[in-house]
Amino acid sequence: MNEKPEKLIDKKGCRLDGRKADELRPLKLEVGVLANADGSAYIEHGKNKILAAVFGPREMHPKHLSLPDRMVIRCRYHMAPFSVQERKSPAPSRREVELSKVIRESLEPSLFVELYPRTGIDLFIEVLQADGGTRCASITAASLAIADAGIPMRDLVAACAAGKVDDTVVVDLFDLEDKLGVADVPLALMPNLNAVTLLQMDGILTPEEFEQAVNMAMEGCKKIYAMQKEALKNKYMAIKEEVEEE
Amino acid sequence: MPTFFEKKQVVTPGELLAEGDYLAGENTYMEEKKIYASRIGLADLDNKRVNVVALRAFYVPKVGDIVIGTVKEVGFNGWTVDIKAPYTALLRASDVLSRPFKPQNDELSQVLNAGDLIVAKIASYDRAHDPQLTVGEPGLGKITRGQIMQVTPTKIPRVIGRKGSMISMIKQETGCQIILGLNGVILITGKSPEYEELAMMAIKKIEEESHTSGLTDRITQLLKEEKAKLEEK
Repeated sequence: MNEKPEKLIDKKGCRLDGRKADELRPLKLEVGVLANADGSAYIEHGKNKILAAVFGPREMHPKHLSLPDRMVIRCRYHMAPFSVQERKSPAPSRREVELSKVIRESLEPSLFVELYPRTGIDLFIEVLQADGGTRCASITAASLAIADAGIPMRDLVAACAAGKVDDTVVVDLFDLEDKLGVADVPLALMPNLNAVTLLQMDGILTPEEFEQAVNMAMEGCKKIYAMQKEALKNKYMAIKEEVEEE
Repeated sequence: MPTFFEKKQVVTPGELLAEGDYLAGENTYMEEKKIYASRIGLADLDNKRVNVVALRAFYVPKVGDIVIGTVKEVGFNGWTVDIKAPYTALLRASDVLSRPFKPQNDELSQVLNAGDLIVAKIASYDRAHDPQLTVGEPGLGKITRGQIMQVTPTKIPRVIGRKGSMISMIKQETGCQIILGLNGVILITGKSPEYEELAMMAIKKIEEESHTSGLTDRITQLLKEEKAKLEEK
């Protein structure tokens, strides 16, 4: 797939990876995969493979970064050198620093930061393999990791992108569509409260197309949310069933 | 005024639990007369109060709680103690010595040194101040023998059981003395390490299966079997 394809969507309306315009990539979620973190989650979203780990709430170090009235969230989004085709330098790039901030700010509204003053939580997101839409997949995984750590939250945050490829508005763009497409709209949502916590746009869309993209992304978020809930419950249901079988 | 859950149903953060004339209990919050869960756990309705018994949580200090902590540092007029909470606790020297503390006469590290374990009670704590500990009551103070284990703090009530049924059963079966720190740290002192291990195994099992029913009977049976094996040897 190194050559640039002429068309991103064929005559039948199928995308390069065979999906329809409103179809998500296959999603796999797992909670509590790391023993040393307070909470953790792993996501496979299409070819994306991302690990998220949470520590805290704990005392802030260095102490002068703590705030007297609220909990501080620190987030590090990092791509492994082997996560993309051309080796990526392991040092944090401009893009990673920005994404760390974006992810932090999209998760912050879901937490009761005012409940635990003078403390902080650390959020680590490690992208093992990237294939477009890593910020959305990272938010989805990080939110699950926070829930797994037992940190009280208003709602789980699910994230999904939509965008325009050739002349069609599609949901959940993968790498090639992202790079060769017309526009990309990542969106994060707290579905139960119907509150958007992240909305960005890269590219050009008409107001009508934008609205359509937002609606499609929100639909995607809701589907992902259902899977998030299931993944979280699964961790505990497995034990329950095991016991009841005995 | 409906509720949207069955008793003991597993709920996830953000799940709508009830609407209307209900009170938001543990691990829930209210917004526009609607009650949502804020942690993963088991939903329960107690009169008008909606509670979620959390499956995962961390310890938040409360005045009057008995906790088990590790001395982290010896300071000028007291110790800092790690109580497995978001805040480090302080223990004042005058509280331990039960007389006025004079830096020229008393060497604090000889009373309690870094790494020592203590059973203590939270004397004071609020939003603006770190928790203060006290050991000035019978049963509190430095731990000299036994084994320590850690469980999720929310599981402590399950380890105690209804009116203490679970913990008294474990104590009786294993002959161990057990002190439960509300921060999730448990001290077990028994006749021999084997019996301590037995009690630890039982508590570990309770932690893993805390959200299932008929647990007390299963644990009793397990303990009886394991004890029989132990006594054969």
